[in-house]
Amino acid sequence: MRAGAEPILSVEDLHTHFFTQDGVTRAVDGVSFTVAAGETLGIVGESGCGKSVTALSIMRLLPPGLGRSVGGSVRFGGRDLLTLDEAEMRRIRGDRIAMVFQEPMTSLNPVLTVGEQIAEAVMIHQGKSRHDAWARAEEMLTLVRIPDAARRVGDYPHQFSGGMRQRVMIAMALSCHPQLLIADEPTTALDVTIQAQILKLMLELKGRIGAAILMITHDLGVVAETCQRVIVMYAGRKVEEASVLDLFDRPLHPYTRGLMASIPRRRPGAPRTRRLQEIPGMVPSLREPLSGCPFAPRCPLATARCTAEAPPLEQHGAGHVVACWEAGRIGVS
Amino acid sequence: MIGTIVRRLLSMLPVMGVVAVCVFLLLHLAPGDPAAIIAGENVSPENIARIRAQLGLDQPVWRQFLVWVGSLLTGDLGQSMFWGDSVTSLIGQRAEPTISLAFTTVMVAVFLAIGLGVLAAACAGTLVDRLVMGFAVMGFSVPVFVVGYLLIFVFAINLKWLPVQGYTPISEGVAPWLRNLVLPSIALGMAYVALIARITRTTMLDVLAEDYMRTAKAKGVAMRPMLFRHALKNAAVPIATVVGNGVALLIGGVVITETVFNIPGVGRLVVDAIARRDYPIIQGVIMVFSGVYVLVNLLVDLSYTFLDPRIRD
Ligand SMILES: Nc1ncnc2c1ncn2[C@@H]1O[C@H](COP(=O)(O)OP(=O)(O)O)[C@@H](O)[C@H]1O
Ligand SMILES: [Mg+2]
Repeated sequence: MRAGAEPILSVEDLHTHFFTQDGVTRAVDGVSFTVAAGETLGIVGESGCGKSVTALSIMRLLPPGLGRSVGGSVRFGGRDLLTLDEAEMRRIRGDRIAMVFQEPMTSLNPVLTVGEQIAEAVMIHQGKSRHDAWARAEEMLTLVRIPDAARRVGDYPHQFSGGMRQRVMIAMALSCHPQLLIADEPTTALDVTIQAQILKLMLELKGRIGAAILMITHDLGVVAETCQRVIVMYAGRKVEEASVLDLFDRPLHPYTRGLMASIPRRRPGAPRTRRLQEIPGMVPSLREPLSGCPFAPRCPLATARCTAEAPPLEQHGAGHVVACWEAGRIGVS
Repeated sequence: MIGTIVRRLLSMLPVMGVVAVCVFLLLHLAPGDPAAIIAGENVSPENIARIRAQLGLDQPVWRQFLVWVGSLLTGDLGQSMFWGDSVTSLIGQRAEPTISLAFTTVMVAVFLAIGLGVLAAACAGTLVDRLVMGFAVMGFSVPVFVVGYLLIFVFAINLKWLPVQGYTPISEGVAPWLRNLVLPSIALGMAYVALIARITRTTMLDVLAEDYMRTAKAKGVAMRPMLFRHALKNAAVPIATVVGNGVALLIGGVVITETVFNIPGVGRLVVDAIARRDYPIIQGVIMVFSGVYVLVNLLVDLSYTFLDPRIRD
């Protein structure tokens, strides 16, 4: 843990909207956080709360013409990524910030060999020759422990299992030694035993390369295993932020407590049956502007004030912020 | 691989058999008597009967069919009723202009169409997209002879840039050969370009929405390699299919194009033969055209293996 280290990424009051026929969706509604060099920050929350959109906003990979960051800033390497032109942004993507996606089965190009796909990033960003880049691809495959890498480097994605494809994705993402790796639910699509292996691999390589990780997950178990700090998102907003130890010790937001109560007990090899859906009630629509706390309709502790007035993020102990009017009461209980 | 090719070639036989039956029946059931046309006007019925006997037209239709198919199986397309020459040699003499026209048209059309389709997909929803698609609709709906005469009028008669009609063999130089092929190729290729451009655009739009395209972008890949290296390769199978199927359009168009531009090719041969009810030529040319069509589509099928590694295994 490197608390207090200079942040490499600093997201400030990010607002990202989707403009569809049915109106405007506020997918990310004023989120701020920082990532320090070499740390692992988790973003956790139920499906649909804006985690992926946050990641895509940082990478500027939102579906064009549909999603747009309309406010805030994403400072990285002394610049605001939201104001860079496309060519400058391209130089950062895959080189300084890399990303691993949720779906290993569809995230690799089926008609290019995995070697070509890894080597491509190396050729683009490091100007290496085809031959050197290929050697680097093979080296990366060895690094992510794909057996018989020298031969497998010429194979196509469909010749690999889901877990192996995710290893390829990680190899590709780390091939240029990025400062920041954004992993959007990297293990959600994999079964439990493979999940653990992949997480372990990511942490190990992160240490070697010295990258920071933004670990996006709906699974507090993953957070516990990999992160130093965590932010909890709900309805496009950050509702709580703390060190992992602090959060598990003293969760202050009722939503966080709900998430913790619903962590499924897992045995290796058991099918993933339950997701974090056990909090009664539904995620609010992000179409209408929310007045009051977005969690109030589902909150067991909600008062009249909660539905009327949105709680601001407030400090409750070192490095622990929470947006809840009742946080003081919860902290004591 | 060789086994597959042989198996596929053999599977062409029943298809060609069906084509043979249809062509034969269609011609022999259609009105018109070649003997009467050969004999000319004011001849006695006896004379016509004699000519019919010479040509074998007095035999029952099934008998005529068996004789024809029998010689087909030995590779013999029969004799022209009018010229007496073998159909194979008549087609051979007329092959160069048709092959030249087909070759230049396909080469230019495929590249142009794929370029336009990719461009339209990359600019989906913009003016460029609408212009390309507008052109595609037009190219598909305006008949070949209209385009042909329009091109002749503008570029040959008014601007005098290119020859009006005719054909120059490639042996007399590549430049004059090409000059004569420019306008007919455009006229012939229009619908083909439109067809391929449309499928390219549609397929590309699907591919561009795939997860792996986002992965490529996240890696820092620039626009052009995104389109051509990552997306087009994935769109290749449906495009190749339409390139193959579209050959049917070209075959229909070649007959009209050769007439409009007065090109002495196989298309003209068959048009003249139809006027004379010269059955063996008509049948022979249709068999050859069908064979080409089936063969091209066989090649396209085989190309899938190279275009998509998932089909390979
Ligand atoms: N392509 C899209 N079009 C319209 N709305 C979208 C799109 N992607 C995401 N959204 C909106 O953004 C919200 C947050 O989505 P997302 O960030 O993917 O959630 P998650 O936290 O599960 O990753 C969704 O509830 C949805 O309303
Ligand atoms: Mg997501």
